[in-house]
Amino acid sequence: MALHFELVTPAKLVRSEDVHMVVVPGTEGEFGVLEGHAPFMSTIRDGAVQVYKTEGAAPETIEVRGGFAEVGENGLTVLAEHVDG
Amino acid sequence: MASLKELKGRINSVKSTQKITKAKQMVAAAKLRRAQAAAEAARPYAERLSGVMASLAGMVSGDSAPKLLAGTGSDKRHLLVVVNTDKGLCGGLNSNIVKAAKVKARALIAEGKDVKFYLVGKKGRAPIKRDFANNIEKHFDTSTVRNPGFEEAEAIADDLIERFEKGEFDVAHLVYPIFQSALAQDPTVDQLIPVPSPEGGATGGDAVVEYEPGEEEILEELLPRYVKTQLFGALLEREASEQGASMTAMDNATRNAGDLINKLTIQYNRSRQAAITTELIEIIAGAEAL
Repeated sequence: MALHFELVTPAKLVRSEDVHMVVVPGTEGEFGVLEGHAPFMSTIRDGAVQVYKTEGAAPETIEVRGGFAEVGENGLTVLAEHVDG
Repeated sequence: MASLKELKGRINSVKSTQKITKAKQMVAAAKLRRAQAAAEAARPYAERLSGVMASLAGMVSGDSAPKLLAGTGSDKRHLLVVVNTDKGLCGGLNSNIVKAAKVKARALIAEGKDVKFYLVGKKGRAPIKRDFANNIEKHFDTSTVRNPGFEEAEAIADDLIERFEKGEFDVAHLVYPIFQSALAQDPTVDQLIPVPSPEGGATGGDAVVEYEPGEEEILEELLPRYVKTQLFGALLEREASEQGASMTAMDNATRNAGDLINKLTIQYNRSRQAAITTELIEIIAGAEAL
């Protein structure tokens, strides 16, 4: 039970790993993505992506700016223009 | 016949040239590795983006499509975005890019279109100015930053999109070198605006994808981003091509300088020997006369 999560910027592939859940700051509100999420696409606003490695674990936050998120068969892909930290 | 002193001077000057070309070659080799890594690291983003583009472009069609995708409806005025390097010493790279751009420009002019140039990088200015002095829109300077990155690509893309929205041109083409290897960099011409609809975009069959806010809004945000990514890719390819071409050119130059030094040294030794022989003959002749 794992969600494949990829965070990509123009400069490089920042993350590519299996995680439990990711909370993405969408333009119309934050949304959490678990494994088996229906195909979905949204633009994102500037904010923090929260990555939960395992259930109940403290989230790791990654600041992203500009971009969009896509949920497909092979997991969640966040395409961001800038990533801080 | 050059005098001994002159020959010595020439040998020394060729030697210092060789030192410069050798240093430049080694610098280029070191930079090439980094530039290549950067170009490769940028590929996943571009791939994902065009994947998403393909699936979206198929869905939004007809009149509702944004201008960046559908075009202005005419194709009279063309803009050639030519990406050149800022520094020389890289062999025929820049002249190849310029040649490709000029071929494209002539072909378009022959079809009766208007052609303008938008130049990125210093080295394309002079040769394009020679043939198309009145057609140059703008020089975009990338020489002030060390490693042109996403910010520069963003600035160029924003500028281009603004001009497009104002209706200054109908179609934009991007001319840039694609890095194949240190020996080969192919100048390529790609259509940039309107964004060419990706082929085979019909995904069909797939589960219904939900869009937030909506397909059109996403597409509208996506298209400028796609243009930026294209330009960013072009800048990275240019960087890798420049270093690759520079490495090869400087390797050749170093080798040629070595050959020249050998030839000059042989000539120098010959004339030195000839001078000694003449001197000896003079002394012997003088002794015999006594």
